[in-house]
Amino acid sequence: MKWQVRVRARAGGFDLDATIAGDRAPCVLIGPNGSGKTTLLRVVSGGHPPLAGRIRVGERVLYDSDAGVCLAPEERRIGYVPQGYGLFPHLSVLDNVAFGLAAASPRRSRGRRRAAAAGLLEEIDCGHLADRLPVKLSGGERQRVALARALLPEPELLLLDEPLAALDAATRRDMRSYLAGHLAARGRPALVVTHDVRDVHALEAPAVHAMEEGRIVQSGSPAHLAAQPASDFVGEFFRPAGAVRRQRRNW
Amino acid sequence: MRGPRGGLWGGRGAVLAAIPMLAIVAVPLIALAGASSPSDIAAGARHPLFAPALWLSARTTVASLAVIVAAGTPLAWWLARSSGRGVRAAELLVDLPVVIPPAVMGIALLQTFGPRGLLGPALASLGIHLPFTTAAVVAAQVVVSAPFYIQGAAAAFRRVDEDLLIVARTLGQSPAGAFFRIAVPLALPGMVAGAALSWARALGEFGATLFFAGNFSGSTQTMPLAIYTALESDTRVAVALALVLAGASVLLLVPLRALPSLLSRRLDRPSRSPHARGRPK
Repeated sequence: MKWQVRVRARAGGFDLDATIAGDRAPCVLIGPNGSGKTTLLRVVSGGHPPLAGRIRVGERVLYDSDAGVCLAPEERRIGYVPQGYGLFPHLSVLDNVAFGLAAASPRRSRGRRRAAAAGLLEEIDCGHLADRLPVKLSGGERQRVALARALLPEPELLLLDEPLAALDAATRRDMRSYLAGHLAARGRPALVVTHDVRDVHALEAPAVHAMEEGRIVQSGSPAHLAAQPASDFVGEFFRPAGAVRRQRRNW
Repeated sequence: MRGPRGGLWGGRGAVLAAIPMLAIVAVPLIALAGASSPSDIAAGARHPLFAPALWLSARTTVASLAVIVAAGTPLAWWLARSSGRGVRAAELLVDLPVVIPPAVMGIALLQTFGPRGLLGPALASLGIHLPFTTAAVVAAQVVVSAPFYIQGAAAAFRRVDEDLLIVARTLGQSPAGAFFRIAVPLALPGMVAGAALSWARALGEFGATLFFAGNFSGSTQTMPLAIYTALESDTRVAVALALVLAGASVLLLVPLRALPSLLSRRLDRPSRSPHARGRPK
């Protein structure tokens, strides 16, 4: 399934103007803090109104300013996992995961929604967490639960905003391979924001988009960006020494 | 979280500096409590002014709170979730009744609904006469006490992470679904605290009620007005009424202060982590 995003939007202090596209393989978005990555994900999810452009996932047009199309977030079939995972603090893990089925059609009973959520939690070895509130979870558990919640309604495009940033180093290693395995097995497109070059390699992302000040400054394979970086940021991101330095800072 | 009792700033100097204000608040209340014997209070409670005033205060404050929550919640949501010059202006407008003296609000209500007011003649042609009725009592309480609820609810709505609402929408919820399933449960402690303040303010409403609704036993004479009336004839009855009103307020205050913290302890907000804040990048 191919998807394509071409949008202009106002974001905080600058204009966002970005065009990115991908297919079923995970696609990575990199860029310095404040470059507009989160805003771009929100625009795609429908949570931030763009000024103009077109968003297409497969055959479905989610947004087209020329044709006057703008689907509401609940009509877009997009899975969004924000920074910090966005688990609902007042709902148990089970109710968090089942949440996405509450408004789905055909309507299912509460019992069947919870059974479906419980089944998925078992699959990811989180069945024992079902009754806990999110505040009682570790970082890695939150990440798994948030991913499960986003995947249960079977979205056509998955948006992950720094899915590994809030984790300690050991958990991050585990979750990186977990995430890569899940996205590969699912075979549906995903757009992943990251600050870590190791995520790019682990996800085996064929395409990386580098964003700075609201614009895509370079797109291409990781090897291409590493060999011919278009900006200091891209060069630093892929430079092995830089990766080691960043790694130390994070640890 | 807190260090040893008292901590870095709880020394003897700080306690001494805090005492004057505490005394200013506490001494009149102690004086009031000590002024009446139980038999005086019983006599006050049997006074013909007492029962109608208490019943009227209970009815009108419940009605005004219902109006405030029903009409104030959408306004608070809009104030919290929108930006721009119009919103800032609306915020100022909502805050105005806090700083404007209640008596002035009473006159303003008369200028609106009185026989020669802005809307009075139009309403009169429909057979509706608001001033000096029980409905006028409710109107005065709503206008004067609504800001306390709206401010509390808007502040609580502002603390709801934008990302949670977007996630709820991507998971299939309509705007109303996201509001009732996510925003309201998370903002509930703040909404309850605001409603409690608002209710307390309505219970004590005096100036706007006197000017706009008058002081008629059974229809517009609420507890504060009954105290005022009793004071003209018999101080002891006024004191007894005042004690009952103070007691009712304290009874209201304790659960209403405890409830929000109980509600929010259940959630134990995890938003202390720097990643839980929804700021666009």
